[in-house]
Amino acid sequence: MFRNTYDSDNTVFSPQGRLHQVEYALEAVKQGSAAVGLRSKTHAILLALKRSTGELASYQQKMYRIDDHVGIAIAGLTSDARVLSNFMRQQAMAERMIYNRPIPANRLVSSIADKAQVNTQEYGRRPYGVGFLVIGLDKTGPHLYEFSPSGNSYEYFATSIGARSQSAKTYLEKHYEGFADCSLEELITHGLHALRETLQQDKELSIKNTSIGILGPAGAHETGVPAQGSFRILEDEKIDVYLQSMVPKELEAPPITAPPPTAGDVDIQMTDN
Amino acid sequence: MDHFPTNWGRPRNDAFDAYGTYPIQQRPNNIKDNFNGVQRTQQPIVTGTSVLAIKYKDGIMMAADNLASYGSLARFKDVQRLHAVGNHTVLGASGDMSDFQYIQSLLDDLIIEEFTEQDEHTLGPAEIHEYLSQLMYGRRSKLNPLWNSLLVGGYKDGKRFLAYVDLLGTTYSASTIATGYGSYIAQPLLRKAVEGREDTLTEREAQAILEESLLVLFYRDARSLDKYQIAKVTESGVSISESMALRTSWSFAEGIRGYGAQTQ
Repeated sequence: MFRNTYDSDNTVFSPQGRLHQVEYALEAVKQGSAAVGLRSKTHAILLALKRSTGELASYQQKMYRIDDHVGIAIAGLTSDARVLSNFMRQQAMAERMIYNRPIPANRLVSSIADKAQVNTQEYGRRPYGVGFLVIGLDKTGPHLYEFSPSGNSYEYFATSIGARSQSAKTYLEKHYEGFADCSLEELITHGLHALRETLQQDKELSIKNTSIGILGPAGAHETGVPAQGSFRILEDEKIDVYLQSMVPKELEAPPITAPPPTAGDVDIQMTDN
Repeated sequence: MDHFPTNWGRPRNDAFDAYGTYPIQQRPNNIKDNFNGVQRTQQPIVTGTSVLAIKYKDGIMMAADNLASYGSLARFKDVQRLHAVGNHTVLGASGDMSDFQYIQSLLDDLIIEEFTEQDEHTLGPAEIHEYLSQLMYGRRSKLNPLWNSLLVGGYKDGKRFLAYVDLLGTTYSASTIATGYGSYIAQPLLRKAVEGREDTLTEREAQAILEESLLVLFYRDARSLDKYQIAKVTESGVSISESMALRTSWSFAEGIRGYGAQTQ
Protein backbone atom coordinates (compact mmCIF):
# COMPACT_ATOMS: atom_id res chain seq x y z
CA MET A 1 0.00 0.00 0.00
CA PHE A 2 2.86 2.39 0.66
CA ARG A 3 4.27 4.31 -2.22
CA ASN A 4 7.73 3.53 -1.06
CA THR A 5 9.62 1.82 1.70
CA TYR A 6 10.43 4.82 3.84
CA ASP A 7 7.12 6.60 4.23
CA SER A 8 5.30 4.60 6.90
CA ASP A 9 6.86 6.56 9.72
CA ASN A 10 7.81 10.19 9.92
CA THR A 11 10.84 9.58 12.11
CA VAL A 12 12.76 7.59 9.54
CA PHE A 13 14.84 9.23 6.86
CA SER A 14 14.89 7.82 3.37
CA PRO A 15 18.36 7.01 2.00
CA GLN A 16 18.10 10.28 0.06
CA GLY A 17 17.81 12.13 3.38
CA ARG A 18 14.12 12.99 3.11
CA LEU A 19 11.16 12.57 5.41
CA HIS A 20 8.35 11.39 3.19
CA GLN A 21 5.51 11.88 5.66
CA VAL A 22 6.51 15.52 5.98
CA GLU A 23 6.54 15.88 2.22
CA TYR A 24 3.08 14.33 1.98
CA ALA A 25 1.88 16.89 4.52
CA LEU A 26 3.19 19.62 2.23
CA GLU A 27 1.09 17.98 -0.53
CA ALA A 28 -1.99 18.37 1.68
CA VAL A 29 -1.35 22.11 1.66
CA LYS A 30 -1.18 22.09 -2.12
CA GLN A 31 -4.57 20.35 -2.28
CA GLY A 32 -6.24 23.24 -0.47
CA SER A 33 -7.62 26.18 -2.42
CA ALA A 34 -5.21 29.06 -2.86
CA ALA A 35 -4.52 31.94 -0.55
CA VAL A 36 -2.48 35.02 -1.44
CA GLY A 37 -0.78 37.50 0.89
CA LEU A 38 1.00 40.77 0.17
CA ARG A 39 1.97 43.93 1.94
CA SER A 40 2.73 47.60 1.43
CA LYS A 41 4.39 50.07 3.78
CA THR A 42 1.07 50.57 5.55
CA HIS A 43 -1.03 47.47 4.98
CA ALA A 44 -0.81 43.70 4.94
CA ILE A 45 -3.61 41.83 3.21
CA LEU A 46 -4.75 38.27 2.58
CA LEU A 47 -6.95 37.02 -0.24
CA ALA A 48 -8.34 33.53 -0.42
CA LEU A 49 -10.43 31.44 -2.72
CA LYS A 50 -13.25 29.64 -0.91
CA ARG A 51 -14.56 26.28 -2.04
CA SER A 52 -17.98 24.75 -1.59
CA THR A 53 -18.75 21.06 -1.91
CA GLY A 54 -21.78 21.72 -4.08
CA GLU A 55 -24.71 23.91 -5.01
CA LEU A 56 -26.44 23.21 -1.70
CA ALA A 57 -23.39 23.72 0.51
CA SER A 58 -21.90 26.85 2.02
CA TYR A 59 -18.39 28.01 1.20
CA GLN A 60 -15.69 26.85 3.61
CA GLN A 61 -14.19 29.60 5.73
CA LYS A 62 -10.57 30.34 4.78
CA MET A 63 -9.63 33.18 7.09
CA TYR A 64 -9.53 33.57 10.83
CA ARG A 65 -8.98 36.51 13.12
CA ILE A 66 -6.40 35.63 15.79
CA ASP A 67 -6.27 38.99 17.53
CA ASP A 68 -6.79 42.65 16.62
CA HIS A 69 -3.37 42.74 15.02
CA VAL A 70 -3.06 39.22 13.55
CA GLY A 71 -5.05 37.33 10.93
CA ILE A 72 -4.49 34.11 9.02
CA ALA A 73 -5.53 32.45 5.78
CA ILE A 74 -5.33 28.68 5.52
CA ALA A 75 -4.77 26.03 2.86
CA GLY A 76 -5.11 22.35 3.65
CA LEU A 77 -6.99 20.48 6.36
CA THR A 78 -9.47 22.85 7.98
CA SER A 79 -9.69 20.77 11.14
CA ASP A 80 -5.93 20.98 11.70
CA ALA A 81 -6.15 24.70 11.05
CA ARG A 82 -8.73 25.07 13.80
CA VAL A 83 -6.42 23.38 16.29
CA LEU A 84 -3.53 25.66 15.38
CA SER A 85 -5.57 28.85 15.16
CA ASN A 86 -7.06 28.09 18.56
CA PHE A 87 -3.54 27.72 19.92
CA MET A 88 -2.54 31.02 18.33
CA ARG A 89 -5.54 32.76 19.89
CA GLN A 90 -4.59 31.39 23.29
CA GLN A 91 -1.00 32.59 22.87
CA ALA A 92 -2.24 36.03 21.86
CA MET A 93 -4.60 36.21 24.84
CA ALA A 94 -1.90 35.03 27.25
CA GLU A 95 0.41 37.80 26.01
CA ARG A 96 -2.32 40.38 26.62
CA MET A 97 -3.04 38.89 30.03
CA ILE A 98 0.57 38.73 31.24
CA TYR A 99 2.16 41.74 29.58
CA ASN A 100 -0.83 43.75 28.35
CA ARG A 101 0.64 43.95 24.87
CA PRO A 102 -0.18 42.53 21.45
CA ILE A 103 1.96 39.46 20.84
CA PRO A 104 4.76 40.08 18.33
CA ALA A 105 3.59 38.33 15.14
CA ASN A 106 6.98 36.74 14.45
CA ARG A 107 6.88 35.00 17.84
CA LEU A 108 3.37 33.75 17.21
CA VAL A 109 4.45 32.22 13.90
CA SER A 110 7.57 30.73 15.49
CA SER A 111 5.47 29.16 18.23
CA ILE A 112 3.29 27.20 15.78
CA ALA A 113 6.33 26.36 13.67
CA ASP A 114 7.92 24.85 16.78
CA LYS A 115 4.74 22.85 17.43
CA ALA A 116 4.78 21.59 13.85
CA GLN A 117 8.44 20.67 14.04
CA VAL A 118 7.81 18.35 17.01
CA ASN A 119 5.39 16.40 14.84
CA THR A 120 8.14 15.76 12.30
CA GLN A 121 10.48 14.23 14.85
CA GLU A 122 8.50 12.22 17.37
CA TYR A 123 7.36 8.67 16.89
CA GLY A 124 3.63 8.05 16.67
CA ARG A 125 2.64 11.50 15.50
CA ARG A 126 1.72 13.01 12.18
CA PRO A 127 2.56 16.41 10.77
CA TYR A 128 -0.19 19.01 10.47
CA GLY A 129 -1.85 18.96 7.06
CA VAL A 130 -2.27 22.69 6.78
CA GLY A 131 -0.28 25.76 5.79
CA PHE A 132 -0.93 29.34 6.89
CA LEU A 133 -0.35 32.79 5.61
CA VAL A 134 -0.13 35.03 8.65
CA ILE A 135 -0.34 38.82 8.57
CA GLY A 136 0.58 40.87 11.60
CA LEU A 137 0.83 44.55 12.45
CA ASP A 138 3.18 45.87 15.10
CA LYS A 139 5.29 48.92 15.73
CA THR A 140 7.81 47.76 13.16
CA GLY A 141 5.02 47.87 10.54
CA PRO A 142 2.95 45.29 8.66
CA HIS A 143 4.33 41.78 8.18
CA LEU A 144 3.50 38.69 6.13
CA TYR A 145 4.63 35.19 7.09
CA GLU A 146 4.19 31.72 5.66
CA PHE A 147 3.92 28.75 7.98
CA SER A 148 4.17 25.18 6.67
CA PRO A 149 3.73 21.73 8.28
CA SER A 150 7.45 20.99 7.92
CA GLY A 151 8.02 23.43 10.78
CA ASN A 152 9.43 26.16 8.57
CA SER A 153 8.31 29.77 8.65
CA TYR A 154 9.41 32.61 6.41
CA GLU A 155 8.68 36.28 6.08
CA TYR A 156 7.67 37.61 2.66
CA PHE A 157 6.87 40.76 0.71
CA ALA A 158 4.23 38.71 -1.07
CA THR A 159 3.51 35.03 -1.46
CA SER A 160 0.82 32.43 -1.95
CA ILE A 161 -0.01 28.90 -0.84
CA GLY A 162 -2.45 26.22 -1.98
CA ALA A 163 -3.60 24.80 -5.28
CA ARG A 164 -1.95 26.32 -8.34
CA SER A 165 -0.30 28.89 -6.08
CA GLN A 166 2.74 28.95 -8.38
CA SER A 167 0.67 30.92 -10.92
CA ALA A 168 -0.11 33.54 -8.26
CA LYS A 169 3.55 33.63 -7.22
CA THR A 170 4.54 34.29 -10.83
CA TYR A 171 2.22 37.29 -10.89
CA LEU A 172 3.51 38.52 -7.53
CA GLU A 173 7.15 38.11 -8.54
CA LYS A 174 6.49 40.25 -11.58
CA HIS A 175 4.83 43.07 -9.65
CA TYR A 176 6.04 42.99 -6.03
CA GLU A 177 8.56 45.80 -6.34
CA GLY A 178 5.71 48.27 -6.70
CA PHE A 179 3.71 46.99 -3.71
CA ALA A 180 5.52 49.02 -1.02
CA ASP A 181 3.96 52.31 -2.11
CA CYS A 182 0.53 50.94 -3.11
CA SER A 183 -2.69 52.25 -1.61
CA LEU A 184 -4.93 49.66 0.02
CA GLU A 185 -7.18 49.60 -3.06
CA GLU A 186 -4.24 49.04 -5.44
CA LEU A 187 -2.86 46.36 -3.17
CA ILE A 188 -6.19 44.51 -3.13
CA THR A 189 -6.45 44.73 -6.92
CA HIS A 190 -2.96 43.24 -7.24
CA GLY A 191 -3.98 40.52 -4.79
CA LEU A 192 -7.11 39.72 -6.75
CA HIS A 193 -5.14 39.56 -10.01
CA ALA A 194 -2.72 37.13 -8.34
CA LEU A 195 -5.56 35.04 -6.89
CA ARG A 196 -7.28 34.92 -10.28
CA GLU A 197 -4.23 33.19 -11.71
CA THR A 198 -4.94 30.18 -9.51
CA LEU A 199 -8.43 29.59 -10.92
CA GLN A 200 -9.37 26.77 -13.22
CA GLN A 201 -10.11 27.67 -16.82
CA ASP A 202 -13.87 28.08 -16.53
CA LYS A 203 -14.01 29.69 -13.06
CA GLU A 204 -13.89 33.31 -11.99
CA LEU A 205 -13.68 35.28 -8.77
CA SER A 206 -17.05 36.25 -7.32
CA ILE A 207 -18.36 37.78 -4.13
CA LYS A 208 -19.27 34.25 -3.03
CA ASN A 209 -15.91 32.55 -3.44
CA THR A 210 -13.51 35.30 -2.39
CA SER A 211 -12.40 36.48 1.05
CA ILE A 212 -10.22 39.53 1.72
CA GLY A 213 -8.47 40.03 5.06
CA ILE A 214 -6.97 43.43 5.83
CA LEU A 215 -4.63 44.89 8.44
CA GLY A 216 -3.97 48.62 8.38
CA PRO A 217 -5.86 51.93 8.16
CA ALA A 218 -9.33 52.00 6.59
CA GLY A 219 -9.50 52.15 2.81
CA ALA A 220 -11.64 54.49 0.72
CA HIS A 221 -14.52 51.98 0.55
CA GLU A 222 -14.47 50.96 4.21
CA THR A 223 -16.48 52.23 7.17
CA GLY A 224 -16.36 51.47 10.87
CA VAL A 225 -12.71 50.41 11.00
CA PRO A 226 -10.99 51.16 14.35
CA ALA A 227 -8.21 53.77 14.18
CA GLN A 228 -5.44 51.24 14.81
CA GLY A 229 -6.47 49.34 11.66
CA SER A 230 -7.57 46.08 13.30
CA PHE A 231 -7.82 42.88 11.28
CA ARG A 232 -11.08 42.54 9.39
CA ILE A 233 -12.38 40.03 6.88
CA LEU A 234 -14.37 41.36 3.91
CA GLU A 235 -16.79 39.02 2.18
CA ASP A 236 -19.96 39.04 0.06
CA GLU A 237 -21.27 42.45 -1.10
CA LYS A 238 -18.42 44.32 0.59
CA ILE A 239 -15.87 42.99 -1.87
CA ASP A 240 -17.91 43.76 -5.00
CA VAL A 241 -16.26 47.17 -5.38
CA TYR A 242 -12.83 45.54 -5.35
CA LEU A 243 -13.81 42.85 -7.84
CA GLN A 244 -15.07 45.61 -10.14
CA SER A 245 -11.65 47.26 -9.99
CA MET A 246 -9.95 44.28 -11.63
CA VAL A 247 -8.66 44.59 -15.15
CA PRO A 248 -10.46 41.96 -17.27
CA LYS A 249 -8.10 39.15 -18.06
CA GLU A 250 -8.35 39.45 -21.86
CA LEU A 251 -7.24 43.10 -21.65
CA GLU A 252 -4.08 42.29 -19.80
CA ALA A 253 -0.81 41.89 -21.64
CA PRO A 254 -0.44 38.28 -22.73
CA PRO A 255 1.26 36.40 -19.94
CA ILE A 256 4.85 35.49 -20.35
CA THR A 257 5.20 31.99 -21.69
CA ALA A 258 5.33 29.27 -19.12
CA PRO A 259 7.75 30.24 -16.38
CA PRO A 260 10.82 28.06 -16.01
CA PRO A 261 10.11 25.47 -13.32
CA THR A 262 11.66 26.50 -10.03
CA ALA A 263 13.04 24.01 -7.55
CA GLY A 264 10.40 24.87 -4.94
CA ASP A 265 7.39 23.84 -7.00
CA VAL A 266 8.49 20.76 -8.81
CA ASP A 267 6.21 17.91 -7.88
CA ILE A 268 7.87 15.72 -5.36
CA GLN A 269 8.85 12.35 -6.71
CA MET A 270 7.22 9.74 -4.57
CA THR A 271 9.39 6.83 -5.56
CA ASP A 272 12.77 6.36 -4.12
CA ASN A 273 13.92 3.45 -6.16
CA MET B 1 -5.33 4.27 39.72
CA ASP B 2 -2.04 3.33 41.32
CA HIS B 3 -1.23 -0.21 40.20
CA PHE B 4 1.72 -0.71 42.53
CA PRO B 5 0.46 -2.76 45.46
CA THR B 6 3.17 -1.37 47.68
CA ASN B 7 1.74 2.05 47.22
CA TRP B 8 -1.71 1.10 48.47
CA GLY B 9 -1.06 1.65 52.16
CA ARG B 10 1.28 1.63 55.11
CA PRO B 11 2.97 -0.16 56.66
CA ARG B 12 4.51 -2.02 53.76
CA ASN B 13 2.89 -5.37 53.10
CA ASP B 14 5.57 -8.06 53.04
CA ALA B 15 3.28 -10.32 51.05
CA PHE B 16 3.64 -7.97 48.05
CA ASP B 17 7.06 -6.41 48.36
CA ALA B 18 8.95 -8.42 50.90
CA TYR B 19 12.34 -7.27 49.74
CA GLY B 20 11.61 -3.58 49.31
CA THR B 21 12.22 -3.64 45.56
CA TYR B 22 10.71 -0.22 45.00
CA PRO B 23 13.00 2.75 45.44
CA ILE B 24 12.36 4.60 48.64
CA GLN B 25 11.18 7.77 46.91
CA GLN B 26 8.44 5.81 45.15
CA ARG B 27 7.01 4.34 48.32
CA PRO B 28 3.96 5.95 49.80
CA ASN B 29 4.43 8.82 52.12
CA ASN B 30 2.66 8.64 55.45
CA ILE B 31 1.81 12.33 55.40
CA LYS B 32 -0.08 13.07 52.19
CA ASP B 33 -1.83 16.09 53.60
CA ASN B 34 0.26 19.15 52.82
CA PHE B 35 -1.75 21.32 55.14
CA ASN B 36 -0.16 19.71 58.17
CA GLY B 37 3.28 20.99 57.38
CA VAL B 38 2.99 24.11 55.27
CA GLN B 39 3.16 27.65 56.52
CA ARG B 40 2.90 30.66 54.28
CA THR B 41 4.42 34.12 54.68
CA GLN B 42 2.49 35.90 57.41
CA GLN B 43 4.76 38.90 57.90
CA PRO B 44 7.78 40.45 56.25
CA ILE B 45 11.12 39.85 58.01
CA VAL B 46 13.86 42.07 56.62
CA THR B 47 12.15 45.18 55.30
CA GLY B 48 12.82 48.28 53.28
CA THR B 49 10.88 51.45 53.92
CA SER B 50 9.40 54.03 51.52
CA VAL B 51 10.13 54.43 47.83
CA LEU B 52 9.36 57.78 46.19
CA ALA B 53 8.93 58.51 42.49
CA ILE B 54 7.85 61.42 40.34
CA LYS B 55 7.44 62.29 36.70
CA TYR B 56 9.47 65.20 35.36
CA LYS B 57 10.31 66.83 32.03
CA ASP B 58 12.70 64.17 30.72
CA GLY B 59 11.15 61.02 32.21
CA ILE B 60 10.74 59.67 35.70
CA MET B 61 12.89 59.83 38.82
CA MET B 62 12.78 57.42 41.75
CA ALA B 63 14.42 57.48 45.17
CA ALA B 64 14.89 55.03 48.03
CA ASP B 65 17.25 54.83 50.99
CA ASN B 66 19.80 52.04 51.53
CA LEU B 67 18.38 50.53 54.70
CA ALA B 68 17.00 47.03 55.23
CA SER B 69 15.58 46.74 58.76
CA TYR B 70 15.18 43.61 60.85
CA GLY B 71 12.18 44.67 62.87
CA SER B 72 13.23 47.96 64.44
CA LEU B 73 16.92 47.06 64.14
CA ALA B 74 18.74 48.92 61.34
CA ARG B 75 20.28 45.64 60.16
CA PHE B 76 21.69 46.30 56.65
CA LYS B 77 22.78 49.80 55.68
CA ASP B 78 24.06 49.20 52.15
CA VAL B 79 21.09 47.63 50.40
CA GLN B 80 20.12 48.82 46.95
CA ARG B 81 16.33 48.96 46.63
CA LEU B 82 16.23 50.30 43.07
CA HIS B 83 16.64 47.79 40.27
CA ALA B 84 16.99 48.38 36.54
CA VAL B 85 14.81 46.09 34.41
CA GLY B 86 16.04 46.18 30.82
CA ASN B 87 16.85 49.55 29.27
CA HIS B 88 13.58 51.38 29.84
CA THR B 89 12.41 50.49 33.34
CA VAL B 90 13.36 50.87 36.97
CA LEU B 91 11.77 48.98 39.84
CA GLY B 92 11.75 50.26 43.41
CA ALA B 93 10.76 48.04 46.33
CA SER B 94 9.63 48.50 49.87
CA GLY B 95 8.63 45.61 52.11
CA ASP B 96 10.32 42.23 52.38
CA MET B 97 13.81 42.34 50.87
CA SER B 98 14.12 38.61 50.24
CA ASP B 99 10.85 38.68 48.27
CA PHE B 100 12.30 41.65 46.37
CA GLN B 101 15.43 39.66 45.56
CA TYR B 102 13.23 36.86 44.26
CA ILE B 103 11.33 39.34 42.08
CA GLN B 104 14.64 40.71 40.77
CA SER B 105 15.74 37.23 39.71
CA LEU B 106 12.40 36.61 37.97
CA LEU B 107 12.67 39.88 36.08
CA ASP B 108 16.31 39.30 35.15
CA ASP B 109 15.31 35.93 33.67
CA LEU B 110 12.45 37.59 31.83
CA ILE B 111 14.74 40.21 30.31
CA ILE B 112 17.19 37.52 29.19
CA GLU B 113 14.36 35.53 27.57
CA GLU B 114 13.20 38.65 25.78
CA PHE B 115 16.73 39.50 24.68
CA THR B 116 17.25 36.05 23.18
CA GLU B 117 14.32 36.59 20.82
CA GLN B 118 16.46 39.20 19.00
CA ASP B 119 13.46 40.67 17.18
CA GLU B 120 13.44 44.38 18.12
CA HIS B 121 10.60 43.85 20.56
CA THR B 122 11.49 44.67 24.15
CA LEU B 123 9.60 44.80 27.41
CA GLY B 124 8.86 48.35 28.51
CA PRO B 125 7.67 49.67 31.86
CA ALA B 126 3.99 49.08 31.06
CA GLU B 127 4.64 45.41 30.25
CA ILE B 128 6.82 44.92 33.35
CA HIS B 129 4.14 46.51 35.51
CA GLU B 130 1.40 44.29 34.07
CA TYR B 131 3.59 41.23 34.63
CA LEU B 132 4.27 42.22 38.23
CA SER B 133 0.62 42.94 38.95
CA GLN B 134 -0.32 39.47 37.68
CA LEU B 135 2.50 37.95 39.71
CA MET B 136 1.51 39.76 42.92
CA TYR B 137 -2.19 39.07 42.53
CA GLY B 138 -1.48 35.43 41.68
CA ARG B 139 0.56 34.99 44.82
CA ARG B 140 -1.95 36.70 47.10
CA SER B 141 -4.62 34.41 45.61
CA LYS B 142 -2.52 31.42 46.74
CA LEU B 143 -2.56 33.02 50.21
CA ASN B 144 1.21 33.32 49.89
CA PRO B 145 1.90 36.92 48.92
CA LEU B 146 5.18 38.51 47.98
CA TRP B 147 5.28 41.08 50.77
CA ASN B 148 6.19 44.22 48.85
CA SER B 149 4.93 47.54 47.63
CA LEU B 150 6.57 48.13 44.27
CA LEU B 151 6.97 51.18 42.08
CA VAL B 152 7.56 50.69 38.38
CA GLY B 153 8.82 53.68 36.46
CA GLY B 154 10.11 54.04 32.95
CA TYR B 155 10.39 55.84 29.67
CA LYS B 156 9.80 54.19 26.31
CA ASP B 157 8.75 55.35 22.84
CA GLY B 158 8.52 58.94 24.06
CA LYS B 159 6.12 58.09 26.90
CA ARG B 160 6.67 58.27 30.65
CA PHE B 161 5.25 55.55 32.85
CA LEU B 162 4.87 55.43 36.61
CA ALA B 163 2.72 52.95 38.51
CA TYR B 164 2.33 51.09 41.78
CA VAL B 165 1.61 47.48 42.64
CA ASP B 166 1.49 45.88 46.08
CA LEU B 167 1.23 42.51 47.79
CA LEU B 168 -2.53 42.36 47.12
CA GLY B 169 -2.13 43.05 43.42
CA THR B 170 -3.61 46.54 43.81
CA THR B 171 -2.40 48.89 41.08
CA TYR B 172 -2.64 52.55 40.28
CA SER B 173 -0.85 55.14 38.26
CA ALA B 174 -0.11 58.79 39.06
CA SER B 175 2.47 61.47 38.39
CA THR B 176 3.78 61.18 41.96
CA ILE B 177 3.73 57.96 44.00
CA ALA B 178 5.20 57.02 47.37
CA THR B 179 5.02 53.69 49.18
CA GLY B 180 4.81 52.87 52.88
CA TYR B 181 5.28 55.64 55.41
CA GLY B 182 6.16 57.89 52.50
CA SER B 183 2.59 57.67 51.24
CA TYR B 184 1.56 59.60 54.37
CA ILE B 185 4.53 61.90 54.82
CA ALA B 186 6.03 62.46 51.37
CA GLN B 187 3.10 62.07 48.99
CA PRO B 188 1.45 65.40 49.93
CA LEU B 189 4.79 67.18 49.51
CA LEU B 190 5.41 65.52 46.15
CA ARG B 191 1.91 66.34 44.88
CA LYS B 192 2.27 69.96 45.87
CA ALA B 193 5.63 70.23 44.13
CA VAL B 194 4.92 68.18 40.99
CA GLU B 195 1.27 68.10 39.95
CA GLY B 196 0.66 70.32 36.95
CA ARG B 197 4.40 70.82 36.43
CA GLU B 198 5.32 67.35 35.10
CA ASP B 199 6.31 68.75 31.69
CA THR B 200 8.42 71.65 32.95
CA LEU B 201 10.31 70.28 35.97
CA THR B 202 14.01 70.00 35.22
CA GLU B 203 16.20 67.17 36.38
CA ARG B 204 17.80 69.40 39.02
CA GLU B 205 14.39 70.51 40.36
CA ALA B 206 13.06 66.95 40.39
CA GLN B 207 16.06 65.71 42.32
CA ALA B 208 15.72 68.57 44.84
CA ILE B 209 12.05 67.67 45.40
CA LEU B 210 12.88 64.03 46.07
CA GLU B 211 15.80 64.87 48.36
CA GLU B 212 13.66 67.27 50.38
CA SER B 213 11.04 64.52 50.81
CA LEU B 214 13.69 61.97 51.79
CA LEU B 215 14.99 64.41 54.37
CA VAL B 216 11.54 64.90 55.90
CA LEU B 217 11.10 61.12 55.92
CA PHE B 218 14.45 60.63 57.62
CA TYR B 219 13.37 63.00 60.39
CA ARG B 220 9.98 61.33 60.79
CA ASP B 221 10.40 57.65 59.82
CA ALA B 222 12.22 55.57 62.44
CA ARG B 223 12.93 52.85 59.81
CA SER B 224 14.73 55.19 57.41
CA LEU B 225 18.36 56.04 56.73
CA ASP B 226 20.25 59.14 55.58
CA LYS B 227 21.93 57.18 52.78
CA TYR B 228 19.94 56.98 49.56
CA GLN B 229 20.09 56.44 45.82
CA ILE B 230 18.24 58.12 42.97
CA ALA B 231 17.31 56.46 39.68
CA LYS B 232 16.46 58.26 36.47
CA VAL B 233 14.82 56.84 33.39
CA THR B 234 14.93 59.05 30.32
CA GLU B 235 15.16 58.79 26.56
CA SER B 236 18.77 57.66 27.00
CA GLY B 237 17.95 54.79 29.36
CA VAL B 238 18.19 53.91 33.04
CA SER B 239 20.80 55.33 35.41
CA ILE B 240 21.00 54.63 39.13
CA SER B 241 23.22 56.90 41.18
CA GLU B 242 25.82 55.91 43.73
CA SER B 243 24.80 56.17 47.37
CA MET B 244 24.52 59.73 48.61
CA ALA B 245 24.11 61.18 52.10
CA LEU B 246 21.34 63.52 53.22
CA ARG B 247 22.46 66.82 54.78
CA THR B 248 20.71 66.80 58.11
CA SER B 249 20.58 69.47 60.80
CA TRP B 250 19.89 68.65 64.44
CA SER B 251 20.38 72.04 66.00
CA PHE B 252 16.64 72.35 66.63
CA ALA B 253 16.94 69.41 69.08
CA GLU B 254 18.62 71.73 71.56
CA GLY B 255 15.35 73.44 72.34
CA ILE B 256 13.22 70.35 72.75
CA ARG B 257 12.21 69.67 76.32
CA GLY B 258 10.03 66.99 77.88
CA TYR B 259 11.67 63.70 76.98
CA GLY B 260 15.17 62.33 76.57
CA ALA B 261 18.12 62.49 78.91
CA GLN B 262 17.67 65.96 80.24
CA THR B 263 18.71 67.21 83.63
CA GLN B 264 16.22 70.02 83.84
